[in-house]
Amino acid sequence: MAEEHGARAMFVAGGTDLFPKLKRRQFEVETLIGLDFLPRVIRNGSTECAIDAGVTLATAAHDSHLQAGFTGYAQAAGLVSSPPLRNAGTIGGNLCVDTRCNYYDMTYEWRKAAGFCIKKDGDICLVAPSSPRCWAVSSSDTAPMAIALDGVVGLAGPEGDRELPVSALYRDDGIEYMAKRPAEVLTGLRLRKSANTRSAYVKLRRRGSIDFPIAGAAVAMELDGESVIGCRIVLSAVASYPLEAAAAEKFLKGKRLDQETIREAAELAAKPAKPLDNADLSHFWRKRMVRVVVEQAIQRVSDQRAGFGG
Amino acid sequence: MKNEITRDVERVVLALDVNGEARQLLVAVHKTLLEVLREDLQLTGTKHGCELGECGTCTVLIDGRPELSCLSLPIQLQGRAITTVEGMASGSELHPLQTAFAELGAAQCGYCTPGILLSARALLEENARPSRDEIREALAGNLCRCTGYTKILQAIELAAERMR
Repeated sequence: MAEEHGARAMFVAGGTDLFPKLKRRQFEVETLIGLDFLPRVIRNGSTECAIDAGVTLATAAHDSHLQAGFTGYAQAAGLVSSPPLRNAGTIGGNLCVDTRCNYYDMTYEWRKAAGFCIKKDGDICLVAPSSPRCWAVSSSDTAPMAIALDGVVGLAGPEGDRELPVSALYRDDGIEYMAKRPAEVLTGLRLRKSANTRSAYVKLRRRGSIDFPIAGAAVAMELDGESVIGCRIVLSAVASYPLEAAAAEKFLKGKRLDQETIREAAELAAKPAKPLDNADLSHFWRKRMVRVVVEQAIQRVSDQRAGFGG
Repeated sequence: MKNEITRDVERVVLALDVNGEARQLLVAVHKTLLEVLREDLQLTGTKHGCELGECGTCTVLIDGRPELSCLSLPIQLQGRAITTVEGMASGSELHPLQTAFAELGAAQCGYCTPGILLSARALLEENARPSRDEIREALAGNLCRCTGYTKILQAIELAAERMR
């Protein structure tokens, strides 16, 4: 059905991202294809967890197995928007959430008055007018955490089913931000970890609820006592895709987690983040705060190891 | 309504369970639950706020959990229990939350009150002794611009105490 309708149709699960965008005419489609029929189950294992895409963010956030074994993912799901939206919004929807920008997430009338941008109805990016591309910001809380926990998504489409690492699901472009084909449905997410993996997610936003992230850090670390065997650090809301901090990951490998190491790793992780002036609050401040959220996230992982809880 | 006259609007027959009553309706397929409640069922207790999922004033309970009626399509809610603020009282007897809100002045302009009452009801049904922080967390999607929240929190605590 999606193939038949092409760009004139969209899928709807929770609808918490889709409906506001239909109302503001950011999305203009004739047909919505409901995904209510898809299963909504969490299958827990000791080193792997499979979550159906239709599981709500509230269910994922409150799942005791996810909280214990995939702590950072449950935290990220529980920090998306507000309680009523998490009761409707799904984990699949949050992985697919549209990129955001101050010039795009506005009413039709505002956008018309300001001049439409390249992401919808216009020709240029209003944040970086000399750039040929769209710089809208990846604003998913759960995507960075899913990458950090070696997540793999299931996709079902007219050409069959396939699996894709979450890290390969996103593109560095504000418009074509996903590698998922338009007629494909994201059916589920598998997270993986070793017995000694700990994870944490820290989100920065103006208020303690409702807001999308303006920076965030997802950290998953495999530890042997105090030594880091391996780690993944992925940043949210500082690029058009979840940005992996490879230099910091490399630096931490084999190191003991002390205050100095954590601080240095956070400095390294913050370097590739280049927020632009297209989200809430000052982008200079957001850039400075990336180091802080990474430091906090690593510290929380370290505290879990010491038995202080998440 | 203007749009409905000028456009060729597809209508569907819906069977909804609203406040324990089975309702059959013929409505435009694109209407949100908020619009259907207010315009087709005349249940105007559910308030129309930002319509974008940011204010929480249109909160209703779907199978006992708070969701936003401005971001729900009724066609996806058939067979599920929808509760609005009109469904809180039993006959002429107000719900303890409603009584506590009235007694403590937890409503000023009252526009956010229906949504907050329903979020609070869902919380108290799951947790009879919520801490102040748990109440704050449960109400984190409902904005109030008048009260400063303190009286709302006190009223929920009072209602919880009376309901135990």
